[in-house]
Amino acid sequence: MAEDHKGKSPDPSRRSFLKYTGTAIGGVVVGGAVGSALSSKFGNKQAAPSPSASPQAPQQAADYNQAPMFLNQSQLQITEAAAERIFPKDDKGPGATDLGVAFYIDHQLASPWGVNSREYRTGPFVKGEITQGDYQSIKRHELITMGLQSMEDTSKTKYSKSFVDLAPEEKDAILTSMEKGEIMVVNGITGKTFFNLFRSLTIEGVYSDPLYGGNKNMQGWKLRKYPGNQMAYANIMDKDQFVAMEPRSLHDHFAH
Amino acid sequence: MATKMPKVPVVIVGMGWVGGIIAAELSKQGVKVLGLERGKPRGTQDYYMVHDELRYAQRYDLMQDLSKETVTFRNTEKVAAVPMREYGSFLLGEGLGGASIHWNGQTYRFLPYDFEIYSKTVERYGKQKIPEGMTIQDWGITYDQLEPYFDKFEKLAGISGDAEQNPMVGKRSNPFPTKPMIKTPVLKLFEEATKKLGYHPYMMPSANLSEQYTNPDGVTRAACQYCGYCERFGCEYGAKADAVVTVLPVAQKTGNFELRSYSNVIQVLNDGKKASGVVYVNTVTGEQFEQPADVVIMASYVFNNIKLLLTSKLGKPYDPVTGKGVIGKNYCYQTNGGSAAGFFDDKEFNLYAGAGSLGMEIPDFNGDNFDHSDLNFIHGAGIRISQTGQRPIATNSVPKGTPSWGKAFKEQSLKYANSVLAVSPQGSSMPWKHHYVDLDPTYKDAYGLPLPRITFDFEEQDRQMIKFVAGKSAEIMKEMKATTIGSSDQLGPYNIVPYQSTHNTGGVIMGAQPETSAVNSYLQMWDVENVFVVGASAFAHNSGYNPTGTVGALAYRAVEGISKYLKQGGIIV
Ligand SMILES: Cc1cc2nc3c(=O)[nH]c(=O)nc-3n(C[C@H](O)[C@H](O)[C@H](O)COP(=O)(O)OP(=O)(O)OC[C@H]3O[C@@H](n4cnc5c(N)ncnc54)[C@H](O)[C@@H]3O)c2cc1C
Ligand code: SF4
Repeated sequence: MAEDHKGKSPDPSRRSFLKYTGTAIGGVVVGGAVGSALSSKFGNKQAAPSPSASPQAPQQAADYNQAPMFLNQSQLQITEAAAERIFPKDDKGPGATDLGVAFYIDHQLASPWGVNSREYRTGPFVKGEITQGDYQSIKRHELITMGLQSMEDTSKTKYSKSFVDLAPEEKDAILTSMEKGEIMVVNGITGKTFFNLFRSLTIEGVYSDPLYGGNKNMQGWKLRKYPGNQMAYANIMDKDQFVAMEPRSLHDHFAH
Repeated sequence: MATKMPKVPVVIVGMGWVGGIIAAELSKQGVKVLGLERGKPRGTQDYYMVHDELRYAQRYDLMQDLSKETVTFRNTEKVAAVPMREYGSFLLGEGLGGASIHWNGQTYRFLPYDFEIYSKTVERYGKQKIPEGMTIQDWGITYDQLEPYFDKFEKLAGISGDAEQNPMVGKRSNPFPTKPMIKTPVLKLFEEATKKLGYHPYMMPSANLSEQYTNPDGVTRAACQYCGYCERFGCEYGAKADAVVTVLPVAQKTGNFELRSYSNVIQVLNDGKKASGVVYVNTVTGEQFEQPADVVIMASYVFNNIKLLLTSKLGKPYDPVTGKGVIGKNYCYQTNGGSAAGFFDDKEFNLYAGAGSLGMEIPDFNGDNFDHSDLNFIHGAGIRISQTGQRPIATNSVPKGTPSWGKAFKEQSLKYANSVLAVSPQGSSMPWKHHYVDLDPTYKDAYGLPLPRITFDFEEQDRQMIKFVAGKSAEIMKEMKATTIGSSDQLGPYNIVPYQSTHNTGGVIMGAQPETSAVNSYLQMWDVENVFVVGASAFAHNSGYNPTGTVGALAYRAVEGISKYLKQGGIIV
């Protein structure tokens, strides 16, 4: 049924996805996960098309990468809201939301990295000196979801609102408390550990190859005039002027 | 339990740069060689999707699987060591080619001073210049003796460099086999500034080929494309010299070399005087095999070389209390710090482009190239500029005072994405009585062996040195006319979290006497004549240079010793 709508929507956003889901179940009011998805405000801020949706953008089809593999609806919303504060949209270009960073983070948490599969996990886990590394006994996906929860809890206590509904300055205040370690994530683990990981995930989502779900349409790279994945620069190495290039992704490379 | 395999003349543990060089040279001589490598086989065909910063640089796709093996670390004996659970300070190689696959290729020779550091320090400044507890010693070989082997390694790899001899580094018997890499505007800026200040800049010797090259083994490789995905990545062109595109095909062609991948060596069988072979585990099936051999070559990098000798009870373990014993002694690292970042408000450079060894250095403050009479340290640092390709996840430099996230961070990090340069010293690391590697009493690897435990910290010597060279970096950056300069001359304690360099050295050091060293100048164990322990584990201290040029030279030297040993037996002198 969803296929009926394919191509008709100029904005293949997550909102469309939710709308189709609604159509598919006949628009009845339901409870549980689907119900909360329907009433969710996720993606509402995307009323205006992001700058990435330029007229030349080749694909009109939905971005099938934009679906959570790991986080639930509310966790995904908080993730998006927090990442946007770390890398906000401004007059120069898109921020974390439009770059798909929330989906990037979600996909990473679902990956082997999210469960620390290539790390030494044998105990005992002891808290060492700072110079010995801040290694957690919980896995990365747990650190992130617990951190999101404690941001939400803090927000509800302090402002009687969900984190996603806070004003920008209020969101920043909570993120700052997190960064300073004033908020605990779980016993023994401060918000600082969560924040540092969350911040690097956000940066990664802005700048990693679009194949991972972030850096949508290479807009993150365009912001900093980064040409992405080129085969060679040998012919420009001696140039005094800055040489701007249209970026290429691994997708372009593969298509060769 | 273990399945016994037919005996071989030579077995090599680890198939990185060192294992590859030894396999090629011995098999060319007609010796049958078996190489055991714990990781997987690979080649340039695997690098089709290699320009992926996330997978390779941030997630360490090519490096050792830490869920199986790692190290533990503490700054001093007063605290308990903690496992390095995820990567930070250094990155360990795994799989065919080892770390040669994902190194940068900056291929320096250590200075003549390095090999005779003790004698030369005493000669110029007197014994009192060496502080209590600093255990520097001569290496049992001189630069001049090692020079032909440096030459051999450089021809094998096709090292690119300046035609003229720099007056401050060891004399070369031959020019670099290939011309220098392209001198970019960034490098020219550094060159002009340092020349103006009276220093001696030169192009960083590079294993990223500046031009197509055919080496003495007849291996032809393409030139570097300056793709910007060098360090932590494999080279899809084969332009970066590594074991897989140079020595291993040569070994394979002889018909005398057998490679067994997925084979993790867990023991060197021996009776205390001689080794009879090794035991390894097939890492896929868990099956154990006993591999008898006449000669055992340890080429499994610093940490595993030390660990296997200790767990197999080979050689005398180092005792930090008495200073006696040798295995684990003189662990050193590299002292980085004191760099100067320059933010250029009105200039944009093509910083996305670059190569692992594209850079320049001044040797004026390295080794004993300057007078240390009034300084509270010995040795020094090479001061460099590099243009390795600034990748966007890793490089988001902002001027001091900028927050690390939010609107201002975004603005500033974008503004300077192509306008920030760094002049960075790479400092030496001196050995101390209380810096060493032994076996961890608590933590074990996936095969039930104790993890190697590092006890290491920076010392006052390092802090003084960094303070001194930080001043020089800032001076150079000022001369390069940066709009604003960020610099720090403070060196904190050694911290295993931020990446610094994979230049770990020592633990199985070479020397002229069995009392103070584990191996002789052919890297043959004094105590166990048919075991050769090769790699940076042999360094008695670490210079202000990257190690691999010297590692390569010592590997060629070891080959000569192994050949002699195969013919005549006994300790080779
Ligand atoms: C990111 C990075 C950048 C670098 N850049 C430079 C540079 O620019 N210049 C420079 O001079 N140096 C550089 N280095 C260092 C350089 O890579 C090493 O000096 C060099 O590779 C060491 O060679 P090796 O053969 O001793 O060890 P490796 O290359 O590490 O090889 C050791 C091999 O032994 C195997 N092994 C270990 N234990 C066992 C076991 N129990 N059983 C079987 N096999 C085993 C490993 O899997 C590995 O393949 C860099 C290193 C890294 C990681
Ligand atoms: S920079 Fe040069 S040597 Fe390095 S990976 Fe790219 S092409 Fe290869």
